[in-house]
Amino acid sequence: MSDCDAVARPGFDEVRGPMLYAILCYNREDVVGAWTPAEDAVVMARLGAVEQGLALAGRLGPVARLLPTTAAVTLRKTRPNGGREAMVIDGPFAETKEQLLGFYVVECEGLEAAIEVARALAAANPDRGAYEIRPVDVFRPGEPPGVPSLRRAMGADA
Amino acid sequence: MTQIADMDAAWIDAALTSARPRAVAALLRYFRDLDTAEEAYQDACLRALKAWPKNGPPRDPTAWLILVGRNAALDGVRRQSKSAPLPPEELISDLEDAEAALVDRLDGEHYRDDVLRLLFICCHPDLPATQQIAVALRIVSGLSVRQIARAFLVGESAMEQRITRAKAKIGAADVPFGAPDLEERAQRLNAVAAMVYLIFNEGYSAGGQEVLTRGALCDEAIRLARLLLRLFQGEPEIMGLTALLLLQHARAAGRFDAEGAVVLLEDQDRSLWNGRMIAEGLALIDKAVRHRRPGPYLVQAAIAAEHARAARAEDTNWARIDLLYGDLEQLAPSPVVSLNRAVAVSKTAGPEAALAMIEPLAAKLSGYFYFFGLKGGLLFQLGRREEARAAFDQAIALANTPAEAAHIRLHLDRLMKDGAGA
Repeated sequence: MSDCDAVARPGFDEVRGPMLYAILCYNREDVVGAWTPAEDAVVMARLGAVEQGLALAGRLGPVARLLPTTAAVTLRKTRPNGGREAMVIDGPFAETKEQLLGFYVVECEGLEAAIEVARALAAANPDRGAYEIRPVDVFRPGEPPGVPSLRRAMGADA
Repeated sequence: MTQIADMDAAWIDAALTSARPRAVAALLRYFRDLDTAEEAYQDACLRALKAWPKNGPPRDPTAWLILVGRNAALDGVRRQSKSAPLPPEELISDLEDAEAALVDRLDGEHYRDDVLRLLFICCHPDLPATQQIAVALRIVSGLSVRQIARAFLVGESAMEQRITRAKAKIGAADVPFGAPDLEERAQRLNAVAAMVYLIFNEGYSAGGQEVLTRGALCDEAIRLARLLLRLFQGEPEIMGLTALLLLQHARAAGRFDAEGAVVLLEDQDRSLWNGRMIAEGLALIDKAVRHRRPGPYLVQAAIAAEHARAARAEDTNWARIDLLYGDLEQLAPSPVVSLNRAVAVSKTAGPEAALAMIEPLAAKLSGYFYFFGLKGGLLFQLGRREEARAAFDQAIALANTPAEAAHIRLHLDRLMKDGAGA
């Protein structure tokens, strides 16, 4: 039983250390798209406050808000080794009721801590929606100051 | 400004707004009668306002509204025939199993054609354009008669009458409810796209103080264009239309000064332009271009994109805009397109070449204020001041809106100022 208790107790994995988690934000983009600019700004400011807390703690990796799925194309491979022949299909990977609208990369001590971050984001965002929490395997941060489009996206109104 | 407590109401409002076209469209196919479908949807909304705050929102608000709306309307029929009522919608907290299957049958994969049909019936050829727009805003977008009346600057009762009459005409029309074939679907999509563009222009052509009320039409048109794009993901012209509206509307904050006067494109503070709308518009053009069959909307969007891409007015690639207008002249020839091309030509080849280009258009555009506005501007650049003044005077006389007249007066003011300095 005690073994089970130990296993069941969520918390910091001392052997593994902190983990990077991707927190993927899903919501209905037609509803989010119906927000007025003022409503949108309120939500972004509230999310910004959560981000700032994580950034001050040195835990925040990249954050991205994606354009609507109507701006997406999907490259679908038609056979295992054929990259060149892959088909470009207009639209997102999956036609779903809720769409991937953006993501956060956050360092967390474990799953519970990651869920806590997602809860804070959920509380900051008054809309419905869902957050998928996925441990990050490989992560390359890139070189933001050297990439013009990154600079532009970082300065873009959001 | 927005309180967290209001957000539930705001969310329900947004959910009802975004569900409306698809739900009314499905109910229309089910009942085959516009009034019944609208009443059923109205009924479902009232029930949602009661049930959702209590039971939590359904996972799929649209499906909930379709099911409850259908039941409500059937319930009404049943009550008249004194048979057993259907279960109250409070019991339908979410749509699982049996209900989901029912909604699938009701809605299912037909929704694309349903929504298209709903929009298409508003494009009844006997209705003048403004009435098509008014009806679409009422039925599809769900704007109140008061909102529509304000957008069109008419009284509420006058608009009410207009919409009622238009709906009677639509009701009498024979709309086929079977699935349209490819050609029919393409025709409907064309007509609907044109109507969405008209809605946008109603808002875009507003000036000064009107922007506050009529500008909402631009947002509504963009919402409808996005709806079409989500339904018809692979249509380059729908991508082009959506991109065009986004790129035009992105400039909204820069188009008028604090007094409501027009600010010319070249004088606009480009930092006021909406970067996100521009990014989305450009992304849509990138997608559409891959299809390699540009249509008029895509080409117009590409022209708007050239302006959006230029960090400063003097960075504008006028040579490319000239080429794009050349494409547009072939795809959708009109004297107005040629007139616009002349603006690009004046930048690349000078005012003389542009003036030579527009002179043959004089007969066709003798009633068009912008023709005389441009002619005046070109003459002014060539130092032919008296002719320029005469052209500007003609332009003001032909202006349809105070905004248009103000636009020309800007040129006249410059003429006066330069004249005084000379």
